[in-house]
Amino acid sequence: MSDVMIEVDGLTKDYGSTRAVDQVSFQVRKGEVLGFLGPNGAGKSTTMKILTCFLSPTEGRAKVAGFDVFDQSLEVRRRIGYLPEDTPIYRDMTVVEFLEFAADMRGMDPASSPGRIKEIGVRCGLADVAGKLVGELSKGYRQRVGLAQAMLHDPDILILDEPTSGLDPNQIVEIRSLIKEIGREKTVILSTHILPEVQATCSRILIISGGKLVADGTPEALRARERGGRYRVVVESNGVAKEAIRDRLAGLAGVARCEILAAEEGAHAFALDAAAANDLRKPIFRAAVDNRWTLLELLRESASLEDVFRNLTTGDPTIEPSVEKGKS
Amino acid sequence: MSPALVISRREIRTYFNSPVAYIVVTVFTILTGYLFFTQLFLEKQADLRPFFNIMPLLFMFMVPAITMRLLADEKASGTLELLITLPVRDWEVVVGKFLAAMALVCTALGLTLIFAITVRSLGPLDRGPAIGGYLGLVLMGGAYVAIGVMASSFTRNSIVSFIVAFAISFGLYLLGRLTQFLPQAWQGLVAFLSIDGHFENIGRGVIDTRDVIYYFSMIGVSLLVATLSLESRRWR
Repeated sequence: MSDVMIEVDGLTKDYGSTRAVDQVSFQVRKGEVLGFLGPNGAGKSTTMKILTCFLSPTEGRAKVAGFDVFDQSLEVRRRIGYLPEDTPIYRDMTVVEFLEFAADMRGMDPASSPGRIKEIGVRCGLADVAGKLVGELSKGYRQRVGLAQAMLHDPDILILDEPTSGLDPNQIVEIRSLIKEIGREKTVILSTHILPEVQATCSRILIISGGKLVADGTPEALRARERGGRYRVVVESNGVAKEAIRDRLAGLAGVARCEILAAEEGAHAFALDAAAANDLRKPIFRAAVDNRWTLLELLRESASLEDVFRNLTTGDPTIEPSVEKGKS
Repeated sequence: MSPALVISRREIRTYFNSPVAYIVVTVFTILTGYLFFTQLFLEKQADLRPFFNIMPLLFMFMVPAITMRLLADEKASGTLELLITLPVRDWEVVVGKFLAAMALVCTALGLTLIFAITVRSLGPLDRGPAIGGYLGLVLMGGAYVAIGVMASSFTRNSIVSFIVAFAISFGLYLLGRLTQFLPQAWQGLVAFLSIDGHFENIGRGVIDTRDVIYYFSMIGVSLLVATLSLESRRWR
């Protein structure tokens, strides 16, 4: 369990009478890039603010690098790099001055910090603007300064609130590959409401909606779990009982579940869920041929992460959070 | 270097990168200079006392102007979140801000040493009151600055911060004028609380621990309240 870098248990945050985060629990391991996905106002930023010790939870606990965010906040803050939303940076400082300030605040060795600032500046593409005032920079550059600041001390855990907002497509690609690279040995949590972003960078996704955790898994698993692996099959009945057909279909290799759906007169309809990422079109067709069913319809409901996201965050929240523990 | 000093160094740089420091110092020097030199030329009297006497009033406007944006602005622009998620204790942030504003106040006071030098070149300078006066100015300035930092921690609006700081210091100043209207039993306490009474004592060249303790406790209490107010975002 030593590679669990972030442990969140029953986290709840109230702003007055509004509940911004509601009983959220999850764990993040070393080497994971966790995408925190949700519509605006879902509680992503609030959760991040709690993890970075800016706010404290109303209920529940959170541990970062083994330290409690409330009781040992200084230890937590030493080990994280944080990019707040909208990248607030002192506008009257130059890029280098600001990074020097961050290095001094973190008590970095003054002998080695200029070298480190230069290194991280180059890595974040700041070499051209090093002497410019932060206030004169474009949003994209400011974002990079914020990232450089967060990575300056080579933290084990990076918490990035919307790291690519305001960047142009080229910069987005650069930053994503940078995050991926870091994610290999460190732990990264990033929030976003841009779906391709998580697909491109994250090894795991948490979807949060209305303060509640509604999904937790790899992008593939989420797609499969939702309607990703769902097939709709309609065959002519020809006097065969629908239960018999269902049992046949359920017995096919790679089928996780088969349900009977309502169908028109003289036909049976079924919904099949594929286990993992199996392609069921061939087995279904073969089964139809072997059993002499007349296949009227075979439809793979192709789901993207967009569908998953929309389903989970707009519809009624019938899907239970996959993590249901730590109730107090 | 301690985070408090890193913060104050950054803050001092901000002061001198913006017009604030120059405007405050210039206006301050012109006002006090006018006062001192009109007295010198019109009444043929080289004396530091009028300068010292006006300071409790002058600080009331000048110090809130210096301190108003220290924390309020960080809240408004969101940089507080960045600052406070660095490994720094809340009190270090407050002390850092306090030290930066003190540095600016002391710079302004340093320029007025020219008055003392003028007096000395024209005649004998009464060293006790002069040294006591400047020491008292620094202590009293500290109390005003701490009140300003505290006011700045209450709000995200610099103007509100200015007004609150002004109101608190004006209230403390007013206490000194109120004593004569109060019953005997209250007079001692109210006079003790007034912000300029102790300055007058020190300015006589007599340094009494009670006066020094007053200013140190004003600074301590105000900075403590500012720290608590900063911490309140994390209260459960």
